[in-house]
Amino acid sequence: MFVRGLKRKCFDGEEDIEGTLAGIKAIPSYNLQRQSLLDMSLVKLQLCHMLVEPNLCRSVLIANTVRQIQEEMTQDGTWQMINTQSTGQASLDRLVSTDILCRSSREQAEGKHVPGYSTFNKDFEGDQAQDSLETMSTASSVQAPRNLQSNVWEMENPQENKGNFQKSLDQIFETLENKSPNSVEDLFSEVDNSYYDLDTMLTGMMSNTKTGHCDGLETFSSPTTATSSSNCKSDLNELDHIVEILVES
Amino acid sequence: SLAGFGNLMQDVLWCFSQVKGTIDIGVTEADIISTVEFNHTGELLATGDKGGRVVIFQREQESKHQPHRRGEYNVYSTFQSHEPEFDYLKSLEIEEKINKIRWLPQQNAAYFLLSTNDKTVKLWKVSERDKRPEGYNLKDEDGRLRDPSMITMLRVPVLRPMDLMVEATPRRVFANAHTYHINSISVNSDYETYMSADDLRINLWNFEITNQSFNIVDIKPANMEELTEVITAAEFHPHHCNTFVYSSSKGTIRLCDMRTSALCDRHAKFFEEPEDPSNRSFFSEIISSISDVKFSHSGRYIMTRDYLTVKVWDLNMENRPMETYQVHDYLRSKLCSLYENDCIFDKFECVWNGSDSVIMTGSYNNFFRMFDRNTKRDVTLEASRENSKPRAILKPRKVCVGGKRRKDEISVDSLDFSKKILHTAWHPSENIIAVAATNNLYIFQDKVN
Repeated sequence: MFVRGLKRKCFDGEEDIEGTLAGIKAIPSYNLQRQSLLDMSLVKLQLCHMLVEPNLCRSVLIANTVRQIQEEMTQDGTWQMINTQSTGQASLDRLVSTDILCRSSREQAEGKHVPGYSTFNKDFEGDQAQDSLETMSTASSVQAPRNLQSNVWEMENPQENKGNFQKSLDQIFETLENKSPNSVEDLFSEVDNSYYDLDTMLTGMMSNTKTGHCDGLETFSSPTTATSSSNCKSDLNELDHIVEILVES
Repeated sequence: SLAGFGNLMQDVLWCFSQVKGTIDIGVTEADIISTVEFNHTGELLATGDKGGRVVIFQREQESKHQPHRRGEYNVYSTFQSHEPEFDYLKSLEIEEKINKIRWLPQQNAAYFLLSTNDKTVKLWKVSERDKRPEGYNLKDEDGRLRDPSMITMLRVPVLRPMDLMVEATPRRVFANAHTYHINSISVNSDYETYMSADDLRINLWNFEITNQSFNIVDIKPANMEELTEVITAAEFHPHHCNTFVYSSSKGTIRLCDMRTSALCDRHAKFFEEPEDPSNRSFFSEIISSISDVKFSHSGRYIMTRDYLTVKVWDLNMENRPMETYQVHDYLRSKLCSLYENDCIFDKFECVWNGSDSVIMTGSYNNFFRMFDRNTKRDVTLEASRENSKPRAILKPRKVCVGGKRRKDEISVDSLDFSKKILHTAWHPSENIIAVAATNNLYIFQDKVN
């Protein structure tokens, strides 16, 4: 059950190596493990799209973990470094031993400060098409989700993928939210088609199936084929179209 | 007697009493027990399962012929409480799994309990029928209607004894009030109201009114992208009907007073243990998420369960818990693996004994732990078929953390993480405990001398 893998060679029996922050950052295994944790977390969030409503508590905790990693990577400047790292298939098989991650930060490095999380960057409210993530490198931000769906991302213009990682977290939450509308108005709220496309690509599930009750709505255009993870999105689009037509008539 | 776990003279010895459920190797998912609860006298023990069924056990009267055997629990009533539903609006299934059962105090011959799945709370009446009327005028014994013109005489129907029948009828259905998944229900001490809590909201109900509930807590942000914290559990104070607490995924507990305002958005008290910044890791928040909160019977303390510990808080001290007990600290170095296989999100419950001197909670490998608050001693016991001989004394178990493993110890890597004890219950006044191990219900009692 437990992941075997990369032993903490750098740390075994060498307490004195827990030195400077630079010293820690020079050791690739911590970053690798952190990246591995990030990949795992993103996969977990995407796998929430099951037949039953996802567990909101679990999703929130995972999303908070992702934010925490992201913030630390941003502060460390290692977000840039992702570009240079190998971007092989991010399957769970390649997860490395995460002993380092399980140790407290005091154990890892003297004086290493792990930032607390702030609330989500409010720049992303509303219009996801805008890139307002100034702090992230545009090219390297492709890499995090790229690990998950490498063939899909390669088709994308890097320019469009500015801040995609940040967006992806938003959209995962948006998807969760849209699965739990708290009023009828939410169902008919405007859905940004470009957001829908991103969501489709992010999940990478390109199944052609729609749920039964959507079959009668084929006359309405939908951005892409519905995926099992974004059936709700396609439903919203189609409902949106229906309302438009009803209102006009 | 309200013996604590360990008085000065002698420790309580726990013995196997009964086990309910099948021994099949493959467990039917529907049979997995999802909640366990004694009623206020301890006479009844209810379980709910993933298949939406409720099974109620009743304690047999103690036999004079067998003074060494305490009353056994046998099936009293079984009924289907919730059915699976489909939410067409969201294209999602609504599970029939029973998340919680809470008993109402008994006020007449019938028993009442609340059972809930993710969306709907139901009030069930469980009553006995041991007589039936015979001698109707308008229908014959088979129930067929008689032709009124053929009736020449009238008689008064009489009640005749019949075999005992236990009926469960749904008296109230409280639906359509929760957008998110209900995690807790709690009966108020006024016995007129109760609350139901989901991830983001808590509603107050009157038992008599099903088409209306009052929202008393709402932590849903205007923009769901800002959501970083959810409600994980909630409970009314056992004596003060205006007071309740709710816990969060960030390890905080809020105590609210309903007298201050209709919407209890501002807490009267806020309990949080300051984080040790040197102990911080990527999993710190997840393991601080509180999975259960329980008032002590006295109402003076609250107990919380997070992934690795149980904490007891004094209501008068908000800045840190009074007591912290390590449930399975050997898992601290395995958190990433437990995150990978989702075990880190397991929600363990915790319970008080009748005198509030001992607390109990579950762990993995079908282990469960008890902590004596007075003697500070703790014990690990196991619910397993191997220890299931009548009145067999349970042997304490020990997990070996490293180095040499002793003969009876089990190493951390050998623990079975699919065997988790999430739900336990303690009889309100005696040393009888019910432990749910997947699809089996174990009942243990202290040794009778």
